[in-house]
Amino acid sequence: MPTVAPLDLEGHCIATAFLGGVPHFALADGVVHRLDHGHKWTELHDGLLSTAYDAARSRLITGGEDGKVCALGAGDAVEVLAEIGKKWVTSVAAGPQGAIAYATGKTASVRFSDGKVKDFVHPRSVEGIAFAPKGMRIGVARYNGATLHFPATEGKPVELEWAGAHTGITFSPDGNYLVTTMQENALHGWRLADGKHMRMSGYPLKVKSLSWSVKGKWLASSGAPAAIVWPFVGKDGPMGKAPLELGTRGNAAVTCVACHPSEEIVAIGYNDGMIIAARFADQKEVLLRRPGKGAITAMAWDDEERRIAFGSETGDCGVIDIAG
Amino acid sequence: MSEAQTQIPVTVLTGYLGSGKTTLLNRILSENHGKRYAVIVNEFGEIGIDNDLIVESDEEIYEMNNGCVCCTVRGDLIRVVEGLMRRPGRFDAIVVETTGLADPVPVAQTFFMDDDVRSKTKLDAVVALVDAKHLPLRLKDSREAEDQIAFADVVLLNKTDLVTPEELRDVEATIRAINPAATIHRTTRAGVPLETVLDRGAFDLKRVLENDPDFLEAHDHDHDHECGPDCGHDHHHHDHDHDHHHHHDHASPIHDVTVQSVSLRGGVMDQKKFFPWIEKVTQLEGPNILRLKGIIAFKDDPDRYVIQGVHMIVEGDHQRAWKDDEKHESRLVFIGRKLDEERLRRSFEACQAA
Repeated sequence: MPTVAPLDLEGHCIATAFLGGVPHFALADGVVHRLDHGHKWTELHDGLLSTAYDAARSRLITGGEDGKVCALGAGDAVEVLAEIGKKWVTSVAAGPQGAIAYATGKTASVRFSDGKVKDFVHPRSVEGIAFAPKGMRIGVARYNGATLHFPATEGKPVELEWAGAHTGITFSPDGNYLVTTMQENALHGWRLADGKHMRMSGYPLKVKSLSWSVKGKWLASSGAPAAIVWPFVGKDGPMGKAPLELGTRGNAAVTCVACHPSEEIVAIGYNDGMIIAARFADQKEVLLRRPGKGAITAMAWDDEERRIAFGSETGDCGVIDIAG
Repeated sequence: MSEAQTQIPVTVLTGYLGSGKTTLLNRILSENHGKRYAVIVNEFGEIGIDNDLIVESDEEIYEMNNGCVCCTVRGDLIRVVEGLMRRPGRFDAIVVETTGLADPVPVAQTFFMDDDVRSKTKLDAVVALVDAKHLPLRLKDSREAEDQIAFADVVLLNKTDLVTPEELRDVEATIRAINPAATIHRTTRAGVPLETVLDRGAFDLKRVLENDPDFLEAHDHDHDHECGPDCGHDHHHHDHDHDHHHHHDHASPIHDVTVQSVSLRGGVMDQKKFFPWIEKVTQLEGPNILRLKGIIAFKDDPDRYVIQGVHMIVEGDHQRAWKDDEKHESRLVFIGRKLDEERLRRSFEACQAA
């Protein structure tokens, strides 16, 4: 039986992460809590807005209302990577070779591990930012599409157009697809080889959480009474195929999804705080956490694939041990 | 969880550079009313705003992908409001200060069209500051000044000390012509009691129109729309046997008004006719309608029904029971452009119950 070790905090949890095996909980007030032989915390920002987990370096990249970009590593190691001023850092991303990226207003910036920064100014606001899995390439979600930049070279950007406001962005782990969340209740995708469009719509709510399954075969998403899981196997991706609908509940909405690191299983968090795990193959479900105070906003698996650190908009966080 | 308890009120300040927005904002922030405000500005201006929580955002107008050109929202506000609402304990209300040239419509529509914003905040009122001295010039060279007045719930006619009484009267008549439903306050240095601009509930269906004595009165300047002989508007002069008369006796010498208002009045309405009608009107005429407000009397319904809208967005609800001494009648005002008054009136009257 799964067991839950609760951590009751005050405030909206933006992200959770295991850093050096220790569960961390990053709250909107800028304080990152951790369960490391007791409850400890670090104040990173005056207001946290955006986070990205840097798996290669086991650190959490954070962007704040204070215009700072920080990296929090295991053992409470804090590094300030950028200080922009008074503007909000609305999106951050972690890339290869220690590079990170961040967005403020219309500017997307890439900071290389040697501290050199390259800015890309856009005609409209940068809504989301992500690194491609291979090569030094970033994708920017913007109004009416996405833009790809190659920060290590002077190459021209690649513009991908699709009408509407694109608010978030992710590359598939094999680098073949780019998917954006939109202001409307839909995802949009491009096959990067030929720019072919993929429309993934029909959500009753905005999609705020995306998670790629192992090897990028599936993309799980929130925004419906079930986790909507699109197949990205085969050369056409999800086109012409129906998604899986896992963990359907009549009276609740999925607000957060996190795929298992090595198996085709997804942890599904709902707006009432409940968390389940569902297996793609047979749609079998296991209850991991009963409903709590508020919507699940963050989940992360540990490297041992045994624990999930979760957080909610009301601060009732915790760690689920799957094996119990 | 009750939404009403958790929704944070939002006041939108519009007005041209120099109209007194920053003065009003600083009064809102500094006066002793016990409330804390989060302020969203487009630029950290040269003139200081004294507040702990100021967020700069780049005006970002997004057309919704539904084929409707008037369905626009402010993408930057969605993001900033979402961020602010993750730490709600810091403030009691939000003030959005727009740039002088800002279109107020996407700002307002953000609070109706985005589900997340709507669930956590509520638009309280749009307040337009108008520089009494420079309004005629502004109307001549821009459409935004007119839009800001047309869209406002409260107009502060500011810097009245810089004009003659005659000029002031003309400017006020112009404002009234553009927007007969707004409350107008004459001020110098934005010196109005703050309760006249804050906590207005102008979009709250329970309160909408409470503050609109002009609208509620059977006033007869329904369409005193200042136009010169060269004006391109259609004028439908017609002799109806009820209390709508077009007359130009308030006519100001200002000839640059393109916004018009259409005030309709009728008896008891048939729900089965009225709802399809208002839906059709807002679908077809949505782009031309800036605001609409009304009180409708329905047949066999003891309650007043109130309705308000922005472009294609229409909301309605029962407000309260008709009082014994109140006449059961329906009133509706449209503020917009290129409105076919004759057709609106005819089709509105056709919705009356038999």
